[in-house]
Amino acid sequence: MMDGGGGPRPGGAMVEFDGVGLRYGPDAEVLSDISFNLQPGSFYFLTGASGAGKTSLLKMLYLAQRPSRGIVRLFGEDLVTMPRHRLPGFRRRIGVVFQDFRLIPHLSARDNIALPLRIAGVREEDLAGPVAEMLSWIGLFERAEARPATLSGGEQQRVAIARAVIARPQLLVADEPTGNVDPDMAMRLLGLFEALNRLGTTVVVATHDIHLISRIDSAQMMRLEKGRMADPTGALRYPPANRV
Amino acid sequence: MIVPRVPVQHRRLLPDHRLSGPTPWVIAILMMLTLLAAAAGVGLARSANAIGQAIAGRVTVQITTANPVERAEQAAALRRRAAAQPFVRSARAVEQQELRATLGQWFGSAEGDDPVLKSLPLPALIDVDFIGAERDEHVQALRALVAAEAPGARIIPHAEWLGPVARLIRSLAWVAGALVLLMALASAAVVIMTARAALGTHYATIEMLHLIGATDRQITRLFQRRIAIDTAYGIALGTLVAAAVLLLIGWQWSGVTSGLAATASLGVAGWGLLLALPLLAIALAALTARQTLLAALKKIL
Ligand SMILES: Nc1ncnc2c1ncn2[C@@H]1O[C@H](COP(=O)(O)OP(=O)(O)OP(=O)(O)O)[C@@H](O)[C@H]1O
Ligand SMILES: [Mg+2]
Repeated sequence: MMDGGGGPRPGGAMVEFDGVGLRYGPDAEVLSDISFNLQPGSFYFLTGASGAGKTSLLKMLYLAQRPSRGIVRLFGEDLVTMPRHRLPGFRRRIGVVFQDFRLIPHLSARDNIALPLRIAGVREEDLAGPVAEMLSWIGLFERAEARPATLSGGEQQRVAIARAVIARPQLLVADEPTGNVDPDMAMRLLGLFEALNRLGTTVVVATHDIHLISRIDSAQMMRLEKGRMADPTGALRYPPANRV
Repeated sequence: MIVPRVPVQHRRLLPDHRLSGPTPWVIAILMMLTLLAAAAGVGLARSANAIGQAIAGRVTVQITTANPVERAEQAAALRRRAAAQPFVRSARAVEQQELRATLGQWFGSAEGDDPVLKSLPLPALIDVDFIGAERDEHVQALRALVAAEAPGARIIPHAEWLGPVARLIRSLAWVAGALVLLMALASAAVVIMTARAALGTHYATIEMLHLIGATDRQITRLFQRRIAIDTAYGIALGTLVAAAVLLLIGWQWSGVTSGLAATASLGVAGWGLLLALPLLAIALAALTARQTLLAALKKIL
């Protein structure tokens, strides 16, 4: 669709994808013609069959991957041409829960959770409290000094989520964040995301879990099918209104 | 910043395996060899200079007149007139006794009382030391004197037969200097390989740190600190061993009493260079590590 500058360009979108394509190496594109806008303070579920490209899309969202073509804007700035040295500043505003956790194996649960704060230069006396609070909230206060390898899959996942949210990111990106926890814990974690969302964080959760999706009424759906965004109503590209 | 300051909590991002890899040991060996080569180079250069200075302005006049009385008269006259020249520092007749003693070492009687040796006609020798560096002019002037006082005598500049020795020693000093440079390059290569290996080992951690907003500078400081400390240990060890070896060599050369005096023959500048080398090495290692790390990190998004 041709905007030509006169179209209904949504103001203040947190994330804008326009005609984005992604290929790994010389292979065919795994994502094609992806266009959508994410509004500040909204909650999105990203669904799609395994291999549809969810993780690939999220990688561009959390700046682990530049698109092969198209335009990606984050917080109003063009990411495709952004120089490398400006990326860390943007990444500190994004929290990520990786599908494979990516905890640092030789650090304790406490140090893993504290990592984003330390990287951001928060002083030790200022971060001890929030980290302890977060540990109790995910029910791992007693295991604070445990290494990831000695934690169960679900416990590791909770540490990964705590690390993603500890610095109060403006954008939270979670890739299958409840794949390894029981339904009760899944609901608890979803509650955490919702609470953050209410505080203003834009949340994007990739999941297969239908129960999860049905729990949040205000959430919007994004669906990937074989590398293309299914957006029959166009609502993702031209949101009806800003919902804060 | 040679060893960057990194908060204690950040240091834990790299698991603590101090002195576990081969790097400190390889660096220690390279440092020791570097210092020994440098010491040899300084010592050789200094002796080449010493020889060069000693021989540059000295000639020996050899008078071979057959009649011993005439020979002695010519020698005395030439010595007197040479010593009176403004460009001559000193002119000395080599005693026949001294000559005999020297030759006696070949004839098997150190005192020079060998009958055969006594019957040999020995030339009269006069050592002349010039003032200043214009040796060729001085030799010309001396040649005129010799023609007048002792026709047929030969003038032998010492540089002619000791010169090649001094040149050989000097080229050995250059070889030692080249070895120092090569070992500096090898050490830098070891540091580069260490830095790359460290990045490879900790790739997952680095990727993670990037994704939560760590800057290249933060990550580099973390690794640079570790590599700088490891290489500093190696450099310290290599320096200690080299110092021990040098003192031992000096002690052996000059006997128990003046061991320290002999090693001091490297000169103030020489010792200064030897002390500066380990410090330079530490700085070189840290800078090499830093550049390697920054270059490698640039390739990751
Ligand atoms: N680093 C990579 N190099 C090459 N191909 C890749 C890479 N990562 C993903 N792919 C390919 O891209 C396609 C999409 O993968 P992606 O991981 O984005 O799917 P997904 O929707 O997250 O799947 P799942 O639900 O199983 O996590 C797949 O065909 C996959 O093989
Ligand atoms: Mg995935």
